[in-house]
Amino acid sequence: MARVKHESRWYPLESEESVLDGLLRQGVAVPNACRAGACQSCLMRALSGEIPEAARVGLKDTLRTQGYFLACVCKPVAGTELEVAGADALRVPARIDSLTLLSASVLRVRLSTDAPFDYRAGQYVSLLRADGLARSYSLASLPREGLLELHVRLIPGGAMSGWLAREARVGDTVAVQGPAGSCFYVPGHPEQPLLLAGTGTGLAPLHGIVRDALESGHTGPIWLFHGARTPEGLYLMDALRELAARHSGFHYRPCVLTGGSRDVAEGALDVLIRAECPRPVGFRAWLCGDSGMVLSLRKKLFLSGLSLKDLHADAFLPSAPRVEPVGAR
Amino acid sequence: MSTAAQEKSVYEQIGGEPAMAAAVDVFYRKVLSDDRISHFFEDVDMERQAAKQKAFLTMVTGGPSNYSGKDMRAGHAPLVKRGLNETHFDAVVEHLRATLEELNVPAPLVERVLSIAGGARADVLNR
Repeated sequence: MARVKHESRWYPLESEESVLDGLLRQGVAVPNACRAGACQSCLMRALSGEIPEAARVGLKDTLRTQGYFLACVCKPVAGTELEVAGADALRVPARIDSLTLLSASVLRVRLSTDAPFDYRAGQYVSLLRADGLARSYSLASLPREGLLELHVRLIPGGAMSGWLAREARVGDTVAVQGPAGSCFYVPGHPEQPLLLAGTGTGLAPLHGIVRDALESGHTGPIWLFHGARTPEGLYLMDALRELAARHSGFHYRPCVLTGGSRDVAEGALDVLIRAECPRPVGFRAWLCGDSGMVLSLRKKLFLSGLSLKDLHADAFLPSAPRVEPVGAR
Repeated sequence: MSTAAQEKSVYEQIGGEPAMAAAVDVFYRKVLSDDRISHFFEDVDMERQAAKQKAFLTMVTGGPSNYSGKDMRAGHAPLVKRGLNETHFDAVVEHLRATLEELNVPAPLVERVLSIAGGARADVLNR
């Protein structure tokens, strides 16, 4: 008999019973639909224990490496003890270590956490102010750097960005929750060409992923496209040019809609990408930033031959205005 | 709930789940590139859309699937409201054939798959 632990309770599985069926039978609510290992509605994450390979067939590498599996086709062998969870997040106390303007509209926020914070470069976290105000930001840092780095776009009237830009001070206490997201580098195919494209602060996770790939010894070509409306929207140009100078396989291509120059291409991001990478079959790609751009580019890259499982998209959505219920925590 | 299988399913014969994963990329690309039907397949969540198509391909190849005719009707009812008709169904079947041929599935197996798919016509079109 196998046993499954979920939220500190153990649930026995009958012979040949899936994790999904066993949990449902014993009153645990788990989302599910096709129950045939296809639709992925029942994704869960293994915290400990052996997951049969059959329960991970068809999952993206980024999900597999995080321990995700399909509960509906997961039939642990007798004697297995499995600890599972949904996508439970943790809040970690952090302090503001530095606040630096990278451009007129992008603020770099570095945070130090009391406890080590486990994440992959390119994932995102929620930043929580002491009063509970929360916003989601991608991590631009690498785990080995210790400090967490966020690129915060300064939005007129923005609650969190306005606070960070005008009122927050070094040393202030905040909290981070996460990490989440499957936009990160996965070792194992060092020769695979990589394509990274982002607009605005979509550069943050891409900067982390590029450096992660280079430090992991990636040998295939790496293309980084950063798009903005005008040159003022570009940032970290010097750092990225330096990185490109040190790594011959890394190509940095900034791009603006108007105001291009000798060093900055002018035109639509997807046109530039098509010109530089005309046939991206076999590439792995990460797309981050404006959701319209991300969705349209993902479709274009898929149609031009990139496999869906090699396409990682992280569309940045503006936070919706919301009314706080009186007395709500 | 499986009927005694004297013969292996097409799903098994062409390689099971990995073959479906490969087929989804090819099939999805085809329907998304076809202006006649692409609007039925546009989805902000491409993963979800691909998962649906994988479930469909798994079903029509006789793989493990729990989709019933009732599910098929309910799932397609909103599309029928948006004008889904015979022409669109035929276009999808055409892409299904092309996908299987592109993946070198032997002709007799292709015919078996297309006949299963054809059997879903009434449910898909909510007739």
